[in-house]
Amino acid sequence: MQRFYFDHNATTPVSPEVLEAMLPVMTEVYGNASSIHHFGQAARKMLDAARQQVADLLGAEAQEIVFTSGGTEADNLAIFGAAAGGHVITTTFEHPAVLGAAAQLEHTLVPVDGRGLIDPDEVRAALRPNTKVISVMHANNEVGTIQPIHEIARIAAEAGVALHSDGVQAIGKIPVRVADLGVAMYSISGHKIGAPKGVGALYVRKGTSLKPMMFGGRHERERRAGTENVAGAVALGRAAEWIADHGDAENRRQAALRDRLEQSILERIPDTRVNGAGALRVPNTTNIRFDGIDSDALLIALDLRGFAVSSGAACSSGAPEPSHVLLAMGLSRLEARSSIRFSLGRSNTIEQVDALVEALVESVAHLRRLAPAYA
Amino acid sequence: MPEKPLAVAMSGGVDSSVVAGMLRARGENVIGLTMQLWNQRRLPEIQSDKATGRCCSLDDVYDARAVAQILGIPYYVVNFERDFEDQVVKPFVDEYLAGRTPIPCTLCNNFIKFDRFLEMAAGVGADRIATGHYAQIRWNPDNGRWEMLRSVDRAKDQTYFLFGLKQDQLARSLFPLGAMEKSAVRELARELGIPTAAKPDSQEICFVPNGDYAAFIDAYFREQGLAPQEVAGELVTADGKVVGEHAGVHHFTVGQRRGLRIAAGEPLYVISTDPANRRVTVGRDRELMSDRTYAGSVNWISIAAPAEPVRAEVKIRNKHAAASATLLPTSNPERFEIHFDEPQRAVTPGQGAVFYSGELVLGGGWIE
Repeated sequence: MQRFYFDHNATTPVSPEVLEAMLPVMTEVYGNASSIHHFGQAARKMLDAARQQVADLLGAEAQEIVFTSGGTEADNLAIFGAAAGGHVITTTFEHPAVLGAAAQLEHTLVPVDGRGLIDPDEVRAALRPNTKVISVMHANNEVGTIQPIHEIARIAAEAGVALHSDGVQAIGKIPVRVADLGVAMYSISGHKIGAPKGVGALYVRKGTSLKPMMFGGRHERERRAGTENVAGAVALGRAAEWIADHGDAENRRQAALRDRLEQSILERIPDTRVNGAGALRVPNTTNIRFDGIDSDALLIALDLRGFAVSSGAACSSGAPEPSHVLLAMGLSRLEARSSIRFSLGRSNTIEQVDALVEALVESVAHLRRLAPAYA
Repeated sequence: MPEKPLAVAMSGGVDSSVVAGMLRARGENVIGLTMQLWNQRRLPEIQSDKATGRCCSLDDVYDARAVAQILGIPYYVVNFERDFEDQVVKPFVDEYLAGRTPIPCTLCNNFIKFDRFLEMAAGVGADRIATGHYAQIRWNPDNGRWEMLRSVDRAKDQTYFLFGLKQDQLARSLFPLGAMEKSAVRELARELGIPTAAKPDSQEICFVPNGDYAAFIDAYFREQGLAPQEVAGELVTADGKVVGEHAGVHHFTVGQRRGLRIAAGEPLYVISTDPANRRVTVGRDRELMSDRTYAGSVNWISIAAPAEPVRAEVKIRNKHAAASATLLPTSNPERFEIHFDEPQRAVTPGQGAVFYSGELVLGGGWIE
């Protein structure tokens, strides 16, 4: 059976150019980047070049980039590192990496509206005298809506609070210039953009006070202890470079595919609607509600036909749970459990999109025939 | 697409693993589904490392997934926690508080395994399901019914818990282990390379650790923030004499002797419970005997609902040796009066009364 992957917001395959860049690092440039000798220097050179590539993509300076083990660590480092025992403001529909970290601290969750947008005024209203960090995701992982980071940055600046943005789902999908956004910290993850799992980065604006979370050697300017993952950093750097060179064209291509998918579903399958339709969204994501459908059943049915999609988060056993993002946007439990996320990537083609639509038409019709409540 | 898929309900135990392996070996297009029914992190105060009879633990899911990987079949976990709580756990708690002794396994079979699960299987394209139940299903062309028979391994027979199955449910279900001895199932597990071959059998009430249902009910009430009900009351004899005190009728079931804490000349047993007055009536063993009862919400399996009295052997609890009886129709078509030939000990409201004719399961209902 042919299998088609429509779950790129979960993870992406390692891109060929990224693999090519990182493979020799594992066998040939094996020095410890902190070592003084030739081997160490060779590794240091690759690490520095990768740091520059990531910085260039974000419009930052190389010394503002901290390599981490991934998006979760970057988010945790930003929040714990800048909270300094103070209050944290974040939103109800963040990624668990941010929600989980904030939950350990004094925090306020700002609501998201039905379109999937945060109201900057709500952020302002949540400020307290001891607020140290505001963390608002740049693009949401499930519905793809893009948040008004720039406006929130103004509020943060006025209040003298550090603004962190989880950019894991934005980087590579929309242009990101940290200076224009006005953020003090910005998280990215390698495996969402064609690099492997296990590497990410946190942008930390010069002058931002950040305490480390892991202690040990004086790596990453004493902000993140641990021998540098040079191969991972090289991969992230190469992925960043590819985005800088080809991102705009690829995103336009994916936007056309996404729009075709969305339009075909809305036209051919009755009682469907797009979650987050009223907001600006990243070009690869659409989240669609199929009334009367159990999204778990639809997900499995599609997987058995060779199409990989997503229906929100999974609990520790792997059993699906209703999406906290959709619930936060005001959908009922039932509505959240009838919604499916499609997220496109470099591998997807127009033929794949059309095949997915055909499979959806059939599977949704089959499931609705079985649902007595749906008439 | 290959042949229509067949969904196997995989618990992670040896029985359902063997079912998946057997059907796969037979060339069926098997998909494995594990039902997530209960979150084991709930009610931490009654959990312990030594707890037995845990369902849906992460270990079970890992085991089921490992088996699916070995067999090379598609595998998914489906989340029925909410249905399980509404259809099984809440009625279980309510029944105990109402002074009855419920059988959650039957509710789970009726509303989860052979309803929600069947529906999910059909939704993903599997018109048939298979489970590791010990029971047999067979089509009888003479009366046009799906019949149910006791399992070949009499010690493992689970037909007592399956009396609620309707014809359309039976038509789509396979019980491949019904014709096998448990020892053969374990042997087959080893042959198929199933890593859980030596795993102990699960217990009856999967979500209640150590079978301490009263502790579960108390913990559940606390978790739900329900005011601790005034449940303590008196132990009385049939003639109204107060002989002791108790901590709630849900701690007692008809025929129980343990935990009464009464010093009496001869052993005393629970005869009946009266939740409205928070009274538990105790008495001597012979007071437990009765020769008639009623079964409500009766479901007929191997025969159509009879209009005339029928003879049957009736099981009134899982471990009961079926007793000969006559089933008499009442004005309510789903309610039958049961006349036992010999008085039976501890006929317990809330339990099932399951009607047999030899190996055949005629049907069953709930003891009122």
